[in-house]
Amino acid sequence: MSGGSRREFATGIDISRALRFRFNNRSYVGHPGDTLASALLANGVQLLARSFKYHRPRGILAAGAEEPNAIVQLGTGEAAEPNLKATEIELFDGLVARSVNCWPSPSFDLRSAYQLAAPLMGAGFYYKTFMWPDWHLFEGPIRRAAGLGIAPQDPDPDRYIHKYAACDVLVVGGGPAGLASAWEAAEAGLDVILAEIDFRLGGSSLWRGERNEAERLEAALRAHANVRVLTRTNVFGYYDHNALVAVEKLDGEGARQRLWKFRAKRVVLATGAIERPLVFANNDRPGVMLASAAQSYLRRWGILHGRQIVVFTNNNSAYEAATSFVEAGADVTIIDVRPRAKIPDIAAVRVLPGHVVKAVVGRRAANGVTIGALDGGQTFTLQCDLVLMSGGWSPTVHLFSQSGGSLRFDEATQSFIPNRAVQAVECVGAAAGELSGLDIEPLWEVPGPGPKFVDFANDVTAKDIGLAREHSFISVEHLKRYTTLGMGIDQGKTSNVNGLAIMGELTARAPGDVGTTKFRPPYTPVTFGALAGPLVGDLYRPVRYLPAHDWHAAHGAVFEEYGGWARPTAYPFPGETWEQAAQREAATARKGCVLLDASPLGKIEVVGKDAGTFLDRIYVGNASSLKVGSARYGLMLNENGIIIDDGVFVRLREDRYLVHTTSSGADRIAAMFDEWLQCEWTGLDVAILPTTTQWATLTVSGPDASEVIRETGTDIDLDDFPHMTFREGSVAQLSARVLRASFTGEASYEISVEASNATQLVGALERAGRPLLLMPMGIEALMILRTEKGFLHVGVDTDGTTLPGDVGMAGPIARKASDFIGRRSLLRQEALREDRLQLVGLQSHKGVLPVGAQVLRDRSVPGPSDGFVTSSYHSPTLDGPVALGLVRAGRSRIGERVKLYDMGEHHSAEIVDTVFFDKAGERLRA
Amino acid sequence: MRSNYLFPESARFYEHSLRLYERLGRELDFNIMFSQRGMLTLAHSRHDLESQRRWANAMRLNGVDSELLDTDEVAELVPALDCSPSARLPVMGGFIQKRGGTVRHDAVAWGYARAADALGVDIIQNCEVTGFELSSGGAHTVKTTRGTIGADRIGLATAGHTTTLADMLGFRLPMTSYALQAFVSEPLKPVLDTVVLSPACGVYVSQSDKGELVVGGGLDLYASYAQRGNLPTVEQTLRGLLTLFPSFSRLRMLRQWAGIVDVVADSTPVLGRSPIPNVFLNCGWGTGGFKAIPAGGWCFAHTIAKNEAHPLTAAFGLDRFARGALIDEAAASGIAH
Repeated sequence: MSGGSRREFATGIDISRALRFRFNNRSYVGHPGDTLASALLANGVQLLARSFKYHRPRGILAAGAEEPNAIVQLGTGEAAEPNLKATEIELFDGLVARSVNCWPSPSFDLRSAYQLAAPLMGAGFYYKTFMWPDWHLFEGPIRRAAGLGIAPQDPDPDRYIHKYAACDVLVVGGGPAGLASAWEAAEAGLDVILAEIDFRLGGSSLWRGERNEAERLEAALRAHANVRVLTRTNVFGYYDHNALVAVEKLDGEGARQRLWKFRAKRVVLATGAIERPLVFANNDRPGVMLASAAQSYLRRWGILHGRQIVVFTNNNSAYEAATSFVEAGADVTIIDVRPRAKIPDIAAVRVLPGHVVKAVVGRRAANGVTIGALDGGQTFTLQCDLVLMSGGWSPTVHLFSQSGGSLRFDEATQSFIPNRAVQAVECVGAAAGELSGLDIEPLWEVPGPGPKFVDFANDVTAKDIGLAREHSFISVEHLKRYTTLGMGIDQGKTSNVNGLAIMGELTARAPGDVGTTKFRPPYTPVTFGALAGPLVGDLYRPVRYLPAHDWHAAHGAVFEEYGGWARPTAYPFPGETWEQAAQREAATARKGCVLLDASPLGKIEVVGKDAGTFLDRIYVGNASSLKVGSARYGLMLNENGIIIDDGVFVRLREDRYLVHTTSSGADRIAAMFDEWLQCEWTGLDVAILPTTTQWATLTVSGPDASEVIRETGTDIDLDDFPHMTFREGSVAQLSARVLRASFTGEASYEISVEASNATQLVGALERAGRPLLLMPMGIEALMILRTEKGFLHVGVDTDGTTLPGDVGMAGPIARKASDFIGRRSLLRQEALREDRLQLVGLQSHKGVLPVGAQVLRDRSVPGPSDGFVTSSYHSPTLDGPVALGLVRAGRSRIGERVKLYDMGEHHSAEIVDTVFFDKAGERLRA
Repeated sequence: MRSNYLFPESARFYEHSLRLYERLGRELDFNIMFSQRGMLTLAHSRHDLESQRRWANAMRLNGVDSELLDTDEVAELVPALDCSPSARLPVMGGFIQKRGGTVRHDAVAWGYARAADALGVDIIQNCEVTGFELSSGGAHTVKTTRGTIGADRIGLATAGHTTTLADMLGFRLPMTSYALQAFVSEPLKPVLDTVVLSPACGVYVSQSDKGELVVGGGLDLYASYAQRGNLPTVEQTLRGLLTLFPSFSRLRMLRQWAGIVDVVADSTPVLGRSPIPNVFLNCGWGTGGFKAIPAGGWCFAHTIAKNEAHPLTAAFGLDRFARGALIDEAAASGIAH
């Protein structure tokens, strides 16, 4: 098909070039500058959608973001976009689109039978039906019938980016008022950003034909050094402190959309106004259109899609559209509800004052209207092929209202206009209610029978508003929720004011007393991907890699994420599972020597003359009494006495400590330190230096550990280096910090070097350890070893209810004189109960207990729980199961046998001490 | 709607609520559209799997249904979810309560309002409480923007603004108000058949009967009474959502809203007596009060009428903070409220 005959005066298209596109499996031609809507209209496609609820045939109502009917699915496969308005799609060559929510096509839709049921499906009918025998019986078919477009099934192939911009003045809207405001500000030397949702600047000048001034200003602004012009940019949110957010559609190879975050000293809203439909029977038929939209299609896109035109209005603005159509050669009749005295004197246009359109004739297209006097009497039918309507204008106050500004109802224009601003914002042009000469007479609903649509997107009729009134849902917020008025895909842009005004008439309230619902972002729907930006998928909280990651990978490591780090779980040999590898590695640690990458272990330096005092308040134990060069294990609590982290801390110097946290606690604990220092203990002379990622830490552990260090080459005297002390020196000719502490139960050396030297150190250790059969060890084996030793793993063997006494660590508290975080809470009634969950060992005699299995109090399920298994492994050293668990009053029940339950299976175990191996702790001191 | 709680105190109460919800529509003669599509909580690590196992076992001990799913079962239930091993948030398994689901929230409010009205309750709308007159016996006069109301007993059920009323009454609550946001996509043909929660990224999503994806995330991270909601929270929630569901990226956000929630340290409600003898508290619901409405109302009515806690909410009194008897589901096992 051809692109349709276009009028040569079209201001918005390049008629010399053709763009081919497909819609509902048929090929069409349009031109650069077309929207999908204009191209379809030019090709004579009027019926292109079915309505949301009743599947009534629908055409195009509007020409912009307010369109409620013409919803399409753009593209196919992974790049499909459901639910776009045909009026907001800029035509491109090769475009493919189809109608949504109708099958097989909008002209023949199998669900169109829903129209017959319409009398039963009024507002709120769901609430009154489908209860017997059960809602679930009806829900499936209702779900399948609901919804519009179809979500793509594959990942989005496109990218989205975010950008920040600050300016003196942000002008939203590139129509005449916006262009003038931008120019004025730019000329005053201010830094200006002008954002326009359309792909063309000009706003109303594009359809009102006043192009000269707009074109002059556009050219001047584009050339102005102070001005940045953004088209295709939808400013959709207005937040506190003049922070606004917009989404820009991009062309070409790069990202698909850009999210702009503006911070403007001043905001000018030149967002125009949206024309309102009139509410009369069958006003939703294809071929019924807003007068200004028809004028747009005629002037901007050169489409005369009707020859016999009826214009129905209650104000002067539609006369401009009428004149345009007369000039273009159409036959025009104006039906004006106002009395003759108010009618403007326009030659060549037939006007019927004091009359209304009662109903539209025709199902799939308007082919006539029934006309009558407002006050009743005879009606008659007039043939036509296009019905234009104008019920007045609603200034686009969405962003102003989002900014916190209040609105008031203006009698002269019968619209809500900006009242009082609370941020540095002003509205200009039609957005400010400058709708001079409208001379409007309110007509919210034409009396008479028939389905009179208020909200086209959600199929809400005037009768539904009446039902809401009958059911006492008269508040504007109730009206919205009960009828779904304004909750459709167009967000009520053409329906909200009509709806609330009709409710006002039914309840004897002026529209201003009914008020509007709250305006919230987004002004029009915004792509999830654009809001999320680039930090999705692999960039979502990006995994951190060990400084010697490649070395581990080369040694066969299987990686898993632990606390945000990719760490080796185990290093399986060919033919070995990772579980088998972990058993082998754990056994090696007890017999020979292993190498563990402990770099993610949290390292925070606490510096200052009050560092000891500070840490005394942080730890359950004492810090200030620690000798320089020595280390101590400590627990940290929150104010409720709950254990939140643990680790070994070292006194580096009189005024400098090195605090080790768990790897997942590194960021959290550093932030907590800062909060206490900045908010509570402002008098302390302490600075916090999180240094975790500056260091690579390799732990050598096992009976042969000191031999490996010696072989590696060190100037540290290993013969005078006891457990829980710290040395600085060189290891493998690298400047190193070495700590003797142990989480394996074996003699261990934690060697920290500059992160960039990680691979060098690990290589040197590997070479030195080769004769001793040194082996890399992963996290799983470490967990086996520490469970054998009964060493606590915070967050695994404790939860958000565990106090120090519950894990047998209340000892230091009695000896400590000074206060610390959580101390008070340890004296509360609940903390002193004797039946608290306590950490104990659980000895199974038949296989490994499942972690999460519950200890039964009286052998019944359901029934009371007496605790649960927290850690459980097969011990290669003991050749049997070892487990830890939190058990009610567990320490007083050592030796007792208990029953456990796990997802339908039963187990049994004996409550034992937490330490399964080397109870005296001789090995780690070796 | 769900009762997947760890501690017996919570489980008993929320299970009672779920059972009341299951018959509420018929009781009120108002279809609340209780859609028991199941509530799936994802596990993204082996530690998550272990926590879920503890939780699922505890639920069974509490007499509540629970099932653990492996990755394939999750993938079958939620085809749109990225269950590939290379996913940034790999799905290692999940935990489902099949009786869980969603309810049409307005219908609950309206059904109750109509039923209460029929029983003779006066519901006065657009009526702001501005103060109380206190005497030695308590507060017996409520001052409002529409006049003064005398009352023998007063119940506070004002969610995020409970602290405002407590200020008027002269006592402090261990409670902070935050904005909680949620948003919906445009309506789509069915693409998600169950409620999905990922505690790792704090995102939940379901699809309404109208076809909109309903998405929620964490709190705005500062105290506020302003019901606006900020953009960074929306961005962060969507980052999590799209990491879980990469095919949702081209869908569009249609509506957003924010409400003020009253958060206490252990995320368990405060239901019982206040420091003033004839004033009763029903607050501290935080982000999770909706699922508790029938049971909360049931127990609150008991408390007000009998001046003592209902057995189901005996552990929810304000005194638990002084005793240290917190019921902290989230801290115990990462269970969201």
